Amino acid sequence: MNDRIQFDNVSKFYGEVLGINRITLDIPPGVTTLVGPNGSGKTTLMNLMTGLVQPSSGSISVLGLKPGDADRFFREVGYCTQFDSFPRGLTGFEFLMDGLMLHGMHPGEGVRLAQEALQRVKLSDAAHRKIAGYSKGMRQKIRLAQAIAHHPRVLVLDEPLNGLDPMARAESLALFEELGRQGMHLVISSHILDEVDRISDRVVLITGGYLVAEGNIHQVRKEVRDKPMQVLIRCDKPELLASRMFEVNHCVEARLHADGQGVFLRTGDIDQFYKLINEVAVEGLVRIEAVAPADDDAYSIYQYLIGSEGGPAR
Amino acid sequence: MTEQATTFFRTLMQQPWGLWWLQARRLVRIEVRRNLLSKKAWWIYFLAFVPTVIILIHLLKERHPQYDIPEDSTLLAGVVQFYYVRLGIFFGCLGIFSRLIRGEMIERSLHFYLLAPVRREVLLLSKFAAGSISALALFGTAMLANFALIYVGFGAAGQDYVFNGPGMGQLEAYLAIVILACLGYGSVFLLLSMMFRNPTPAALLVFGWEAINPVMPSLLQKISVASYLRHLMPITVRGADIFALLTVTTEPVPGWIAGLGLMVLIAVVLTYSCYRMRTLEIRYTTE
Repeated sequence: MNDRIQFDNVSKFYGEVLGINRITLDIPPGVTTLVGPNGSGKTTLMNLMTGLVQPSSGSISVLGLKPGDADRFFREVGYCTQFDSFPRGLTGFEFLMDGLMLHGMHPGEGVRLAQEALQRVKLSDAAHRKIAGYSKGMRQKIRLAQAIAHHPRVLVLDEPLNGLDPMARAESLALFEELGRQGMHLVISSHILDEVDRISDRVVLITGGYLVAEGNIHQVRKEVRDKPMQVLIRCDKPELLASRMFEVNHCVEARLHADGQGVFLRTGDIDQFYKLINEVAVEGLVRIEAVAPADDDAYSIYQYLIGSEGGPAR
Repeated sequence: MTEQATTFFRTLMQQPWGLWWLQARRLVRIEVRRNLLSKKAWWIYFLAFVPTVIILIHLLKERHPQYDIPEDSTLLAGVVQFYYVRLGIFFGCLGIFSRLIRGEMIERSLHFYLLAPVRREVLLLSKFAAGSISALALFGTAMLANFALIYVGFGAAGQDYVFNGPGMGQLEAYLAIVILACLGYGSVFLLLSMMFRNPTPAALLVFGWEAINPVMPSLLQKISVASYLRHLMPITVRGADIFALLTVTTEPVPGWIAGLGLMVLIAVVLTYSCYRMRTLEIRYTTE
């Protein structure tokens, strides 16, 4: 058993409609975000990973296991799907217990794990109410609880923040962050990129069924060299700094920060840019407090590589 | 024993049978609860017990002289042959078994089972077992009740017919027919529900096939549930008018061969269903 999620030249066609085409991925442990517009193939990728659909060609393995080997595979994998439907007539607790008991565990152990999962998603109070009476956010939470209840090593989450209020979103993100820190695989697709972006180690960008880019977010941004990079410089004289940078560097855009204590500069040559910033700092004309990339987040990369059509929200 | 056979049996013994048994029990509990306690199941209760209600009315309203026992026995045989096998169990099983997979696809809840650590073959066979238990609970109970109500009105003569005459043998035959009909039609409808989004038109074709099957060549008669069951009937009922088509006399077959033939048919259908289940995809948007 290895610790990777591997796609080897995987394609999926629904009749004549392309789902994904020739995707090869090797995802290490940590938090990986799938980014792409609606219909780009994110859910197909997740469904293929968990065996809900079969690849037309290529092969997939998760920790060296295949979905067909369900006994072992689904002990290691939890999948929180987007499907907002449940077996009829169950309470949240019964729903979790039905799932856990299929692992063949003792009922006492099942009860313990169900209660633990309910606590983790902050749904203990509603555990014995019928799911049919839950709000959308509660239904999202109970799906998440079901996916994590058996302590999987790989957690696949399809739009896990949908329907959650800001507080619940923050709690869920904290939970994902904690699970990622514990060495778990988390594969997340979300439209709310700037929230997921904070906890992501890697990003996989897909559009139209094709893999556009993948890897560490900062690395991916550096690879997009044909797009000018934006840098925020916090300083005491932003106008002076901007004019100085325009004199000698390939700056293409400057925009003052709203508080007047910084400037966003966009440059086509980031290496020269940082060199010049150092020189300006040494000259002492401008007191520079901080320099930070302003567009090497998933959203910006998404905008550069995929564009805004049907795009994600911030 | 050859080396391949030894390896095969060793592999077989290494399978997690204990875990599969636990999973199957749990799945059966879940499914039986859904099948029998759901409000949507009311019409299957109706199909099972409508003859029981009629026989109960007959018991309360009519006199039961002793010489009517053979006539009522033939009546009960007719109810089994023409109503239960051809209509009640047929459509009851259509309702129960086509919901097991297709119903969950329509309700978009099948993925929860496919994401559990349960082999798909175990899932399918457990659902089939649950459907069979539900169908047998309804139609078996109805059969027992019908039988009791038919003979209870005859008092001591009825008691004598059941316990000292041919009654008990007939009851065993009727129960065997109910069991085999539920398993046979159940396996067919389970498969049809996996092959077609709406299994009802295909089920109606099966219904037509079962009706014309008695006049088919003997080879084709083997692909029919009702043809096997016909040979198990303890009392032959001759139909009149349209029912005559359903009672064409065919080559007699011993009961054990008919039972075995049907079990083989069920095994073949279930094996193919397992193959379909292994390659089943969740694509709710196309449902």
